[in-house]
Amino acid sequence: MIKCLEAEGVDMVFGYPGVAICPFYNSILDSSIKSILVRTEQNAAHAASGLARVRGTVGVCAVTSGPGATNLLTGIATAFADSIPLVCITGQVNSELIGSDVFQEADVTGAAESFVKYSYLVRDVSEIPRVFKEAFHIATTGRRGPVLIDVPIDVQNSSLSRFRYPEEVNLRTYKPTVKGHAVQIQKVMKELERARRPIICAGGGVLLSGARQELQDFVEKHRVPVVSTMMGIGVMPTRHPMYYGMVGNNGRPCANRAMNESDLLIMVGARVADRAVSQPDLITENKVLVHIDVDPAEIGKNVGPHIPLVGDIRHIFEDFASQEFACEHEDWIRTLDDYRTRMEPVRRPNPGYVDPAEFIRMLSEEMQEDGIYVADVGQNQIWSCGYHIVRKGRFLTSGGMGTMGYSIPAAMGAKLAAPGRQVVAVCGDGSFQMSMMELASMRQHGAAVKIVVLKNNYLGMVREFQHYTYQDHYSVVDLSGSPDLQKLAAAYDLPFIRLTDMSRAGDEIRRFLQEDTSMLMECLIDPMDLVR
Amino acid sequence: MKRIYSVLVENRSGVLSKVAGLFSRRNFNIDSLAVGETDDPAVSCMTIVSSGDERTIEQIEKQLNKKLDIIKVKTFDESQSISRELMLVKVKFNKGNRRDIMETCEIMKAQIVDMSKHQMMIQICDTPERTALLITLLASISIVEVARTGTLALPKCE
Repeated sequence: MIKCLEAEGVDMVFGYPGVAICPFYNSILDSSIKSILVRTEQNAAHAASGLARVRGTVGVCAVTSGPGATNLLTGIATAFADSIPLVCITGQVNSELIGSDVFQEADVTGAAESFVKYSYLVRDVSEIPRVFKEAFHIATTGRRGPVLIDVPIDVQNSSLSRFRYPEEVNLRTYKPTVKGHAVQIQKVMKELERARRPIICAGGGVLLSGARQELQDFVEKHRVPVVSTMMGIGVMPTRHPMYYGMVGNNGRPCANRAMNESDLLIMVGARVADRAVSQPDLITENKVLVHIDVDPAEIGKNVGPHIPLVGDIRHIFEDFASQEFACEHEDWIRTLDDYRTRMEPVRRPNPGYVDPAEFIRMLSEEMQEDGIYVADVGQNQIWSCGYHIVRKGRFLTSGGMGTMGYSIPAAMGAKLAAPGRQVVAVCGDGSFQMSMMELASMRQHGAAVKIVVLKNNYLGMVREFQHYTYQDHYSVVDLSGSPDLQKLAAAYDLPFIRLTDMSRAGDEIRRFLQEDTSMLMECLIDPMDLVR
Repeated sequence: MKRIYSVLVENRSGVLSKVAGLFSRRNFNIDSLAVGETDDPAVSCMTIVSSGDERTIEQIEKQLNKKLDIIKVKTFDESQSISRELMLVKVKFNKGNRRDIMETCEIMKAQIVDMSKHQMMIQICDTPERTALLITLLASISIVEVARTGTLALPKCE
């Protein structure tokens, strides 16, 4: 197994040992692969996800059977929802004992079935090279996603007389489409020539296929405006003149208006999911819809497009670039620019607290140009989406699943994957407490992650929902009893900054980011603040 | 709208549960499901009868195609295919209705395959509609138990 990982160029594995994965962890010591011990298995998958997203490769995690494997499930589901390539290795009880409910046995391949791209239960050691080769291939091609390999301990303990890692995979049932259909590409070009109000809505698929530059070149050449989904944040620099922000119920008003008023909408690597498009049937009424995705099942799942185009986005944009066509819609751009200035939401922050919106804007301005910003889930996520400014860096978050506690382990994985880059995790006090155990892993492995906690003593997103839906009838959203973060930081030798209002924000943010060391910054925000 | 899916799958353990799980997870109906080996022992054929609107029917096909254990998905309407079901029905009989049952079997082209003093077992292999019709006809007599295969179907010869 270790030799397979070496053959795949893996240099880091996130995980948590237990008896059933001990043969694996025994052998990893003899390799150059670094193992990172997390403090709960779910975070191994999140950390691997952070690594995968920053490097554009596969993230690998390895945990034990039973509770180790079941703890990992949320992490796998999170990666699946955002199409992040992972290879997750779980130890399993002895082959002969499978099915007899022995100590730490769980049917993990069965439990994970609906949120893995594929899974293996390895029955014989001779299958290991083929299974690993296939797993890495499946995770990184077509629509990316997590692949699970469950390996019984007796299989781990067996040896192969001769190890040969296969050079090719031969899967008759798996041949993802890479090149877009030429006829469909022509149709898209025709529509672009005809359209008066075209717009591109870019999703996470653009980043996953590594098509950021191709999209940007296309957009600059033909002056087509762009909006993005949450997972698509970062496809364009936030302040790029052709970028109008995130769409959806928590999106920017001008982005939603731009999408609604367009006469040609090109969805690229986006699912037309409920948070981005609340009424998918309506968006086809007054416009031509083009849907480009590598997964044919996404096309037509939520809305039936006029022009479906299946393929890898980078290849498709390379093909677009080779097409000669002209389009003219300067009026439309002027209209959108006008919306952008006129429709900017006005916040009335409480001066007695830190204004999360302004704070996030200042923080991202001060961050290094290629810095990685990891947003958690909750009100903090919506503020981050709305106010973080991407330049050449990345914006990572759990978009599809909305898994609280994602930011700290994902930021740790990102920092270990790219030690030269600045990594900042921004979470709320609810999400912080879901993964604060990883402060120890960060310290142990020297991952210099900056952590911001927007503290309001509430599960703010749920409180806001209860405010609107149940007329302030708050139920189980009070976070009283939370730890003193200053003392907690001291316990982990973390330098600590507390910001109580905006007066010293600039200086403190600069102090926070100055050195490449871990630091914890607590921002007290108005408990009654709303994301809108 | 009814739709038949003829699905060739790798003959591996767990594949049936993956396919069945896909239907329940995505809220698709299964009206009937039948599985058996093909001429190639490494390949099984699943015949799934499902129903739903046009979008659902298309999604079922696409989602099936995404599964890595599935080799090929063919889909067709009942009218484009020949479909059959096999059913065994055990009924209780007496002197008074014995002839009636036999006549019904004759009309329905069903066979009596086993018999005791008070019970007989009837076998029918026919379209799902005619199989259902036989149950209706026998319902007035007393049915003891019924076993039915799912629908098997192949597209008509070209």
